[in-house]
Amino acid sequence: MVGIVLVAHSAGLAAETAALVRGIAGTGARVAAAGGTEDGGVGTSLDLIERALASVDQGDGVVLVPDLGSSVLTARLLAEPGRVVVADVPFVEGAIAAAVTAGAGAPLAAVLAAAEEARTVRKLSDS
Amino acid sequence: MGGSPDHETGGGFMDLGTLTTAFFVAWLEEIAEQVRVHRERLTALDAAIGDADHGANLDRGFTEVLKALADSPPTAPGQVLVSAGTTLIRRVGGASGPLYGSAFRAMGNAVEPPVTQAGFAAAFEAGVVAVERLGKAAPGDKTMVDALAPASLALALAVRDGVGVREAFELAARAAEEGARATIPMQARKGRASYLGERSIGHEDPGAASSALIVACLVTVSSRR
Repeated sequence: MVGIVLVAHSAGLAAETAALVRGIAGTGARVAAAGGTEDGGVGTSLDLIERALASVDQGDGVVLVPDLGSSVLTARLLAEPGRVVVADVPFVEGAIAAAVTAGAGAPLAAVLAAAEEARTVRKLSDS
Repeated sequence: MGGSPDHETGGGFMDLGTLTTAFFVAWLEEIAEQVRVHRERLTALDAAIGDADHGANLDRGFTEVLKALADSPPTAPGQVLVSAGTTLIRRVGGASGPLYGSAFRAMGNAVEPPVTQAGFAAAFEAGVVAVERLGKAAPGDKTMVDALAPASLALALAVRDGVGVREAFELAARAAEEGARATIPMQARKGRASYLGERSIGHEDPGAASSALIVACLVTVSSRR
């Protein structure tokens, strides 16, 4: 199964989003949180992301979902074509779309595509 | 990264006109020192349009760089730069970590000892390209690229014109400083400051300011000896 790593500037944001995503996608989805710096501050930690990545990597690929700024830059440093990809998506919506699709057993490219669809899905359908 | 150690004598910064491992270590030591000295200024610039952590982040990052260099002393210029880059990526925690980290790593992977002035200029250019690629930033976006790109151009022109190393570094430092100052009237197109729109105008970009500082350290170190 494709793994999902939520990369956010705060540990709480990443952890709570992961809990929400698991709640919607089902406990079978492999979702890990990498939020904040290693000392609990606001920012990004390459080490935390690497650890989260390793924890959900089953060999089918991993989608990194960053919030913004240094999360995006650091996630991009870990990208490996065809194996570890960065989703350019709204954080919560993209994470949910990715996890639901991954949980259904879809391959990496389909999981990434589902996440990216979240960018254009309107919340008010006729707007 | 250049695998073979250079053969400098007595830890000098120049050997037969090329830049030694000791020069690159001294550059990073000087950067760490200057970042500490200018920590509050960088943070104040960042407080105006960013998240007020640039000085502290860089201070922590370059302090860790010196620790890593002391823990496993490098034997080639490329090792110095790659070690520094890797440490910055791992220890800074803000956007400047992956950006400067990628720059130093790309420089380190590009230098081949003996590091001639032309070799340094080419490696510096590789570092700037790494920043532009990772940050998807171009000149005029009000970022560190606005200081680094003019510095890189100055280094390349100095090589073309046969200008000596120290003067080349002075030209690069001036270009970086002017580039940083030129960010003041710009409207930010990258990072947190870009959300401010027109309100980002009138402030020097903190990343461009720290880039100018880093380039200026080349002058200080090459003037020593």
